[in-house]
Amino acid sequence: MNDMALGRPYIELNRVTLGYGHGKAKTVALAETDMEIAQGEFIAVVGPSGCGKSSLLKLVSGLKMPEQGDVTVGGERVTAPLKTCGMAFQNSTLLPWRTLLDNVLLPLEIVQPHGDNFRKDRARYEGMAHALLRTVGLGDFSSKYPWELSGGMQQRASLCRALVHEPRQLLLDEPFGALDQFTREELWNIVQQLWMEKKPTVVLVTHDLREAVYLADTVYVFSPRPGRILSRTHIPLPRPRTAETMYLPEFVELTHALREQIHPQ
Amino acid sequence: MKNNYRHRLAPWIATAAFFILWELACRIFNIDVFILPSPTRVVEALYENLDGILVNAAQTLIATLIGFAIAVFFGVIMGLLLGSIRLFYDAMYPLMISFNSIPKVAIIPILVIWFGIGTVPAIITAFTLSFFPIVVNVAAGLATIEPELKDVLRSLGAHRYQILMKIGLPRSMPYFFAALKISIGLAFIGTVTAETIASNSGIGYLMMSASGSFNVPLVFAGLVVVAAMGITMYQIFAKIEKSVTFWALRGEDARG
Repeated sequence: MNDMALGRPYIELNRVTLGYGHGKAKTVALAETDMEIAQGEFIAVVGPSGCGKSSLLKLVSGLKMPEQGDVTVGGERVTAPLKTCGMAFQNSTLLPWRTLLDNVLLPLEIVQPHGDNFRKDRARYEGMAHALLRTVGLGDFSSKYPWELSGGMQQRASLCRALVHEPRQLLLDEPFGALDQFTREELWNIVQQLWMEKKPTVVLVTHDLREAVYLADTVYVFSPRPGRILSRTHIPLPRPRTAETMYLPEFVELTHALREQIHPQ
Repeated sequence: MKNNYRHRLAPWIATAAFFILWELACRIFNIDVFILPSPTRVVEALYENLDGILVNAAQTLIATLIGFAIAVFFGVIMGLLLGSIRLFYDAMYPLMISFNSIPKVAIIPILVIWFGIGTVPAIITAFTLSFFPIVVNVAAGLATIEPELKDVLRSLGAHRYQILMKIGLPRSMPYFFAALKISIGLAFIGTVTAETIASNSGIGYLMMSASGSFNVPLVFAGLVVVAAMGITMYQIFAKIEKSVTFWALRGEDARG
């Protein structure tokens, strides 16, 4: 139960292997991977398509079990889906029959102890959801339905849904992939701000190297199938990072160095 | 706004045009009333036999609605089971397909052996015809849930029942209503078919006995009554659908 027991990392992968399919169609998504993520750390995982990035998220959230090795979160071995994850995906996966507010409330209806108190404490939970929607600039849209809003707004609401129950880990699977450049950079700042306030442990999967360098404390580069860690890069840029940060020589150098690893020379 | 009126008027104009053409064709080509009575003759027959038609229409409507209600009840349960339990789906699919392939007219004689002539075979025939689309659609609504959505809920600690209630059911509502609109028509077909073969009441029986006495306008009057009941029920479900699953229409259809 004590997360930082003896200074151990919060999330730990120990020689983890995971494959998809059976028999001849079987592919190894992730091979003998070791990883250590500290509590409150923001890590990004980059690499070409099919390098097992999404598999990593399924392992860390307990949605899939490793074939070999083991995954530990908060000092305990993961044997079932964790009950305190926040997740956001490339498409917002908001429920079209719920308003933004009700979409953001969804985790509170399920996660314990909120789920049991939800009916009687509804007003308080609505207040929490409202406050969160306001911080991402959606305060005036809480009674709108997702399909009435732009993709960027949907994605912001999706981040609110991922964070409303204050999860210890936030798992982001290319959540900005389908957005235009301006909206994307705007959302980077929102994510950074939310992370700095609540300090969840974040695993971000992305194709975008600039995104990885902008947001993460540590960037892991994965090789294509079977996925293996090629490198682990610490990003020492100060927080909060801003649009200006992207023009710093360190930023450019770090991005370049990462690109070199994915596409050598 | 102008467009709105046009969309509202269009079905009435099309229907009126259909009857006018029918009427004109009968008059111009002087078609024998034993072959195709004109709409005015059909209306006359309707009016002359109004009492009998109302009694039989009520009988048909009640049998249809009972059969349909049973189909909705069991269809939803079956659809939920098939859509959420993979093993059940694998086990039941061949049976379901083969039952659906059986011509329902062919089972009416069996129903007569079991239950005798009357309302029961009509109800069961209505049920057998309207059951399948409901099952298939509800199952499809559940089976097409985005896996990411399930992941989101599972990673919050939701169990199967919660996933079903929070996502599965609402998600399959548009499919369910699409099925209702198809199934209510099929239920009428089932009832009327059974009535023509194995009943002594209902619109189907009325049409059968009218054709026996060569009262062709009355046969057509029966058809018109069934069609009117069908379209009325369809409209009722379409209205409910619009208010329940407005989100699936995504505001593209604001004609109301």
